Amino acid sequence: MTSVTHRPTWTPWLYLAPALLVLGGLLVYPIWQLGLISFFRYTQAQVSGGEPTTFQGFGNYSALFSDPQFWQVLLATVLFAAACVVSTLAVGCALAVLLTRVRAVPRLALMLAALGAWATPAVTGSTVWLFLFDPDFGPVNRLLGLGDHSWTYGRLSAFLLVLLEVVWCSFPFVMVTVYAGIRAVPAEVLEAAALDGASQWRIWRSVLAPMLRPILTVVTIQSVIWDFKVFTQIYVMTNGGGIAGQNLVLNVYAYQQAFASSQYGLGSAIGVVMLLILLAVTLVYLRLLHRQGEDL
Amino acid sequence: MNPPRLNRPRLNPLRHPWRTAAEASALIVAVVVAFPLYWMVLGAFKPAGEIESTEPRPWTLAPSLDSFRRVFGQQDFGRYFVNSLVVAGSVVIVSALIAFLAATAVTRFRFRFRTTLLIMFLVAQMVPVEALTIPLFFQMRDFGLLNTLGSLVLPHIAFSLPFAIWMLRGFVKGVPEALEEAAYIDGASRSRFLWQILFPLVLPGLVATSAFSFISAWNDFLFAKSFIISDTSQSTLPMALLVFFKPDEPDWGGVMAASTVMTIPVLVFFVLVQRRLVSGLGGAVKD
Repeated sequence: MTSVTHRPTWTPWLYLAPALLVLGGLLVYPIWQLGLISFFRYTQAQVSGGEPTTFQGFGNYSALFSDPQFWQVLLATVLFAAACVVSTLAVGCALAVLLTRVRAVPRLALMLAALGAWATPAVTGSTVWLFLFDPDFGPVNRLLGLGDHSWTYGRLSAFLLVLLEVVWCSFPFVMVTVYAGIRAVPAEVLEAAALDGASQWRIWRSVLAPMLRPILTVVTIQSVIWDFKVFTQIYVMTNGGGIAGQNLVLNVYAYQQAFASSQYGLGSAIGVVMLLILLAVTLVYLRLLHRQGEDL
Repeated sequence: MNPPRLNRPRLNPLRHPWRTAAEASALIVAVVVAFPLYWMVLGAFKPAGEIESTEPRPWTLAPSLDSFRRVFGQQDFGRYFVNSLVVAGSVVIVSALIAFLAATAVTRFRFRFRTTLLIMFLVAQMVPVEALTIPLFFQMRDFGLLNTLGSLVLPHIAFSLPFAIWMLRGFVKGVPEALEEAAYIDGASRSRFLWQILFPLVLPGLVATSAFSFISAWNDFLFAKSFIISDTSQSTLPMALLVFFKPDEPDWGGVMAASTVMTIPVLVFFVLVQRRLVSGLGGAVKD
């Protein structure tokens, strides 16, 4: 550090002021409000001012926790997110390794295709995948000879369809990041391993994976966070949570409770649960970063 | 990466069976990954009879613009397109400026609570913004912003900031300290250094960072659905697209045409900044 940057001044705070103002007003304050609303009875009557808002302590939470549907949705969310994260990481890492094995033209082709999938908005990705798997006019059923089998009818097959779309649009981030990480590993290290007779799998497990651990941590945590709060895909592809809510995940569930059923207090309680779960994930992440000796 | 001999091109594929297999699989994967996008564009250009056919073909001999005409004619689609551009554009510009200032503060200065702030920016990235829809709905109502584009712009600025600051850090760090000292020795003021020297140097990084703010704002579906409740003239593209998408009887041609119109701008933007995106991500991840 130079003397220029060492001198204590109020300048950094001046530079930070707009960011802190915006984040305080539109991120921190809403979080506080979310917590607050979750302790109140807050329905259409309170929104329109017909009834006063009444504090009811943990009422919303006890209503939520005694509702079997909540536990079912929570379990579905965790399993669905886990399946998405594992598939995304597996596909992304495998293709990143593949990218290092090929020459420029196939690499460019795969990169461009992946960028296209990455850039596709969630709404359009969802409609296109639905069209691909459409029972009447979609090419997939023709190709697999499935007749007019409906993918969105069954609970598992609907989740599988959404999973495919989610993996399709989120593996490129993993692939590109891990590929950049592999490229940063010195060539001599890999050559030495190859000369010592290590197999491809062995090189990945014993040389690349440990060197890439910081990057793998980041992409894993990012994937967990993204996949845990999938909203658009579920909402569009299963038409708001599937038949009788069979494909609900926490995010869509909260939305339906708040905006479809006007149970704003209950919806906020679900939001708080989500927030706490992701906060726990974040703390694990910070610990991992800390243990790896990352310097902020 | 590879031992040098592997990099020399050879004509006989049998001499490098593994690389040939790898390249073949890379190409196959590329085709599979690109296929949904191809099918979308194809579906947009297929005439009505072909798209709703029980024997879909992966080509069309009679491309037509009917679906696009329907999309732009039936709905006020042009207007929604402009609305989406206004929202995404405002978010990109405002959040880039704010993030640039903040990133400069946390990389070019040492001050109390600096590390605390950085950790807070990291934690802020993890906040599930969707969970905040309910309080934000009431906040926008109190601001009188419901049913206006402002209700979409403001939250997205806030949500794209933490990641933008985090990613820009790497780019600001990359500008040598010596340059800053030289500028001051030459008599430049702090703001002159900031806007006339640092800003142009960090601009490529700003563009890459903007890709993420642009996409999150352009793609936004939840806020548009929740905050633009009654005034459809303020709708954005995701909502307009769903007009053609009725769960029982979707107008697939219209949906594919609208999807194409919505996807192309992001695609162009992404391909333009992809090189910087990759290096920027590398920087943000490794730092």
